[in-house]
Amino acid sequence: MSKVNITINGKPYEAEAGKTILEVARENNIYIPTLCYLEGVNQYGGCRLCMVEVETNGRPMRNLQAACMIKISDGMSIKTNTERVRKARKVNLELLLSCHPKDCLSCPRSLDCELQTLSRRLNVTEPRFEGEMKDLPVEISTVMTRDMSKCVNCRRCVAMCNKIQKIGVLNAQKRGFKTVIQPSFGMNIADTDCTNCGQCISVCPVGALRETDAIDPVVKAIEDPNKYTIVQVAPAVRVAIGEPFGMPSGSVATGKMVTALKALNFDEVFDVNFGADLTIMEEGTEFLQRAKAALTGGEAVLPMMTSCSPGWIKFIEHRYPELLPNLSSCKSPHMMQGALVKTYYAEKLGKDPKDIYLVSVMPCTAKKFEIARPEMNENGVPDVDAVLTTRELANMIKQAGIDFVNLPDSEFDPPMGISTGAADIFGVTGGVMEAALRTVYELVTGRELPCENLHVAPLGDSTQIKTASLTFENVLPEYKFLEGFTANVAVTSGFDGAAQVMEMVKAGKAFHFIEVMGCPGGCIVGGGQPRGVKAEKWAARKAGIYAIDEGKQLRKSHENPAIKAIYEEYLGQPCGHKSHEILHTHYTARGKYNELI
Amino acid sequence: MSDVVKNLTAEEVEKQANFEKLANVIDLYSGKEGCLIQVLHAAQEIFGYLPYEVQKFVADNMGFSVSYVSSVSSFYSFFSTTPKTKHDVKVCLGTACYVRGGSALIEKLQELLGIGVGEATADNLFSIHVTRCVGACGLAPVVVVDDDVHKQVKPGDLAGILDQYRGE
Repeated sequence: MSKVNITINGKPYEAEAGKTILEVARENNIYIPTLCYLEGVNQYGGCRLCMVEVETNGRPMRNLQAACMIKISDGMSIKTNTERVRKARKVNLELLLSCHPKDCLSCPRSLDCELQTLSRRLNVTEPRFEGEMKDLPVEISTVMTRDMSKCVNCRRCVAMCNKIQKIGVLNAQKRGFKTVIQPSFGMNIADTDCTNCGQCISVCPVGALRETDAIDPVVKAIEDPNKYTIVQVAPAVRVAIGEPFGMPSGSVATGKMVTALKALNFDEVFDVNFGADLTIMEEGTEFLQRAKAALTGGEAVLPMMTSCSPGWIKFIEHRYPELLPNLSSCKSPHMMQGALVKTYYAEKLGKDPKDIYLVSVMPCTAKKFEIARPEMNENGVPDVDAVLTTRELANMIKQAGIDFVNLPDSEFDPPMGISTGAADIFGVTGGVMEAALRTVYELVTGRELPCENLHVAPLGDSTQIKTASLTFENVLPEYKFLEGFTANVAVTSGFDGAAQVMEMVKAGKAFHFIEVMGCPGGCIVGGGQPRGVKAEKWAARKAGIYAIDEGKQLRKSHENPAIKAIYEEYLGQPCGHKSHEILHTHYTARGKYNELI
Repeated sequence: MSDVVKNLTAEEVEKQANFEKLANVIDLYSGKEGCLIQVLHAAQEIFGYLPYEVQKFVADNMGFSVSYVSSVSSFYSFFSTTPKTKHDVKVCLGTACYVRGGSALIEKLQELLGIGVGEATADNLFSIHVTRCVGACGLAPVVVVDDDVHKQVKPGDLAGILDQYRGE
């Protein structure tokens, strides 16, 4: 890349040609306010808050320019902090505020709102313009709450839905003041092919998009003396929960999180990692059964696809109903664990399963939809009663006045608090596949997965579609059918990648096992995680997850003593009768327009 | 094909033919970018308006999401999602007509027909529209029904004007 010389506020800088003024300013720690900007995703100069003065070839450009849109050129001189610039930005912000509700005190995004922060930063001290308000109803679904009267039309959510996830449920309908970001024909989002991935919620700068809060019912259950409340936490939560309390991204806060959950008065604190280890036993066994059938002349549907991500499940039900038989029949880890809590564990406690209230803390918004699926219950008792996102848990901890950062560490409660490193990596793209291969390879050959540090290197990075091949040699006698067999695996995350892989499968590409996670990058950047995700944050959270895995003595699901015990005591064997009854599920062909249901 | 057609009503046959026409239009534009507006224009010519199923058809056959298609169709006031009625009642709100009481005519029409602007009556007989200057400022305020210009209309005249079209 060629370099160009520019000046910003009179100081010379050398920067790469082709970059925007905003990018160069940020690299050099010069603050330019933005609202609609989302690096590499949404750059269209919409909000007009990044206005700067620009001079090229010694001539000032007549109008102020949007720093996110103008590329630097040699000799360019930029001023980011003149009275003219400050005034223009402030007026543009005040105009945005003129039709924005001023109920900040009771807004769930208060103190976490980009519009509010900008108002302070640009020194808005009075509501100078009183405009017409958008009188739009608040739309509440199981998963999300959409208050479009608070929308600032930044279109970040539109960009996530259309450009990144390529679902295209949300778009700007109508025009001018009447513009509203919603599905076609004013449809409720719950009636569309929305996957509930929540990536729109993750990028919303204001209180317009949020998860439908489950804190109230959870608190009520905790207070109810007749309810025995159990909470279980997904792997990705522990490397992000520290962020809302000012801890750096990727900080491993497992111990503090468990202490906080106990302080919130949950009766027991379990780890969904246990369910993840269990999933590997079930899913790995299911894969071996399918492979055996395929290799010995029986009938089997391959490639098998993972089923942990409820966003992905809804995606395939809408877009590729013909491929539903390829999905593993395994419930997702927290649903498996929920089913066990409401059966095995209820029996053990001597409690009526109806009196147990199970809460899952998830990095995911789609899990709120998953627990409401009609098939997710044991004899009418829901497997899981409520899902809190990581953000909601952080709010709950704040509401309870718990000083999270200074908490001592505690351990998860046994038996469903015991897990291996294989379960931790479920939180990152490639992790489920790696965990499965660690167990499958060892079951089949009796030897450890021949990869450095047990990591299947090509599957762990941030590439959209990753593939690997693994050949089984010198297998144990009972797996003779696999001798010399090369398993081709693929891993993808995000629905754009998922659609591409599904097209490959339909075109006959010889994959045997495919992992899909709905959010690009995996659960660590799920729709329920603390907002403001950038590439560095993804890397930090991922490093946190891998550090937990590598720090554990047991790193393969089949070595988990609690898992071994539960098979001996209750389940019998993986994919056995009892497992099929409570740990496996089925799917619903929906069609793109829900025309199949 | 003919076996299937036999069981269809005349209306359904027409609809099917219309979708075939639309498919041909989309074929014509296939591979070219930026043609959505032209296709929607043609679709409105064929169907008279752009209901959900037509926009869905356009979306599926052009590789867009229906939400994207409706974002375009709802942006331009030329595109309509309500069926063409037997009679279009257009009230001019150009400057002259506006000054001489055009908006009172809209209110009265809404009251008489029980519908809003851009909507159609349940029997599909009338719809109300607002137009800009029709070039008959000397006759303001003007109401145009189909191609007939009614001059110097007072709210009290409207019931009689509508009645002229009811019997047709």
